[in-house]
Amino acid sequence: METKKAIITVKDLVKKYDDFVAVQGLSFEVYENEIFGLLGPNGAGKTTTLEIIETLRDKTSGEIIVDGFSVDKNPQEIKQIIGVQLQAAGYYPNLNLIELLELFAGLYGANIKPMEMLEKVNLQDKAKAKYKALSGGQKQRFSIATTLINQPKIIFLDEPTTGLDPQARRNLWDLITEIRNAGTTVVITTHYMDEAEQLCDRVAFVERGQIIALDTPDNLIDKLVNSGFERKKEVKKANLEDVFINLTGKEWRE
Amino acid sequence: MQKYSNITATIALAKASFRSIMRSPSAVVFTLAFPLIFILIFGFLGGGGTRIDVGITPGSDMNNPVIGMLDKTGMIRLVKNKTKAEFDKLLEKGNVDAMIDVHRKVNSAAYSVNVIYTSASRDKGGILKSVLNNLFYDKTLKPSIAEIKENTITVREYKTIDFILPGQLGFSLLSTGVFGTAFVFLSLRQTLVIKRFFATPVKRSSIVIGEGIARIGFALIGALFIILIGHFFFGFTLVHGVFTVANMLILATLGVIVFMGFGFIISGVAKSESMVPPISNIVTLPQFLLSGTFFSIEAFPTWLQPISRALPLTYLNDAMRKVAFEGMGLWDVKFQIMILLLWGIGIYAVAVKVFKWE
Ligand SMILES: Nc1ncnc2c1ncn2[C@@H]1O[C@H](COP(=O)(O)OP(=O)(O)OP(=O)(O)O)[C@@H](O)[C@H]1O
Ligand SMILES: [Mg+2]
Repeated sequence: METKKAIITVKDLVKKYDDFVAVQGLSFEVYENEIFGLLGPNGAGKTTTLEIIETLRDKTSGEIIVDGFSVDKNPQEIKQIIGVQLQAAGYYPNLNLIELLELFAGLYGANIKPMEMLEKVNLQDKAKAKYKALSGGQKQRFSIATTLINQPKIIFLDEPTTGLDPQARRNLWDLITEIRNAGTTVVITTHYMDEAEQLCDRVAFVERGQIIALDTPDNLIDKLVNSGFERKKEVKKANLEDVFINLTGKEWRE
Repeated sequence: MQKYSNITATIALAKASFRSIMRSPSAVVFTLAFPLIFILIFGFLGGGGTRIDVGITPGSDMNNPVIGMLDKTGMIRLVKNKTKAEFDKLLEKGNVDAMIDVHRKVNSAAYSVNVIYTSASRDKGGILKSVLNNLFYDKTLKPSIAEIKENTITVREYKTIDFILPGQLGFSLLSTGVFGTAFVFLSLRQTLVIKRFFATPVKRSSIVIGEGIARIGFALIGALFIILIGHFFFGFTLVHGVFTVANMLILATLGVIVFMGFGFIISGVAKSESMVPPISNIVTLPQFLLSGTFFSIEAFPTWLQPISRALPLTYLNDAMRKVAFEGMGLWDVKFQIMILLLWGIGIYAVAVKVFKWE
């Protein structure tokens, strides 16, 4: 197997909130041009880890290098080459989507055509709508559009598909795959294991601030199967989601 | 990769913020509607009260029956012990409606009464004239008054609007600066808009300056609107025309920058949006009432005046009136500007300490 180049290196990352240790000595690498998944239960420390890499939170200790830049010394340079979708974020009030994208273009110092950005996430019909007036899924899609403005080397997506309908979720997978195929590295968190299995090249399982497993989805599944694991119930050839998609079509919804 | 430009980022923010302000009803109401309503009310109300202020010319005889009788009418307030220069100012502003000078005629027991009316107080001058005429024909006084000489000097008329408009303008700047800034920064922080900004390479200073530019731009458009409506519909005096307007806008800029400092402090102190109005009112209300917005500070009881003279809006109002009506340049109001700057330094020193980004 070819040796892959790490674009993000996290070493012994520790984050304490007062007495509470949210992240306890995480170490992992994200390779260039892969889709890397951070999985784990609520409160495991996924968002905390991402936001420290994104230079939005201070770490307690450890070392993080993003594309050769250290989060301690070069946060400004890091911000220029990453795109960030936050699990919780707001957008400037009273502006429509086009105006918001113009604002972000200015903040990133990028030249973009707002309408083209909206087309990427199928929101061109909502160009004149306010962010507040979007549905949950549309909000997610708009957030993703804002991560692409500066043509980043790496994008971070914190639960981008939470709250999306099956069509939107699948279409978003396609979008994320396209983004990766265009040369961007993707770091994503999700609670949907089917999504991680389909999308991610490698996944890390985080629990209580520690990595308990890190490998490709295939290897992780094989390992479990080899250990003698069997599903309780025989799987049918289709599941309810397939029924949903079959009944409602593959198109994006408004 | 092209070099990152802080200026581009700042301009983008200013533009976004300006659009947002223009679409926010409360900003427009506070900055424009309120002041215009007060200007309308006072513009149509005109100068109230029929008390007539009559100045006694320095050097006038005091122990004569004429002045005694004037005092007794109850309608006339005698203003004494001021210098000629002070009286000239008061006359011009219409704070003194006429001057009276009583002298014993040479080689005679009778008095000569010299009255000067002003064009600024024609109505009140008319009333005084009839009061004096009555006195002249009064049986008891008749023998002692030899003559009444009357003159009218023309001064620039100081209309109610000339007093009210600068006060309303000052208050408009105060509310935009304080409420607007406090609300915006608190809500940007709480709705995590600022957090998303921090994920971009934008500098904190760009965020503050961009917001500031938008707020100042909006305040100045509001100010210009108020001044023009005042001038063309209510005859607000602009002594040197456009030049005066420019000076007023420069003062307005200084004022709104200082007042925004209060807003930054409040956005840091307030825990939620509902706490913004009460805290803001603590800052704006006393200034609204005590800074000579509606009444001249001189009309306040003496114990209150030092408080008035401590407030920044007092100096902005004062400077505005001097520039607009007396035609002073900015250098002539350097004292007022200096006090505002001192306030600014103090406020921003506190703001830097209590302002919160997240
Ligand atoms: N600002 C904070 N102050 C104190 N504790 C915090 C803060 N942010 C997160 N925590 C705690 O740190 C732990 C990890 O939180 P984090 O948001 O990273 O979890 P997560 O893995 O993203 O969870 P989820 O799947 O629910 O998004 C949680 O126990 C949380 O309560
Ligand atoms: Mg999370």
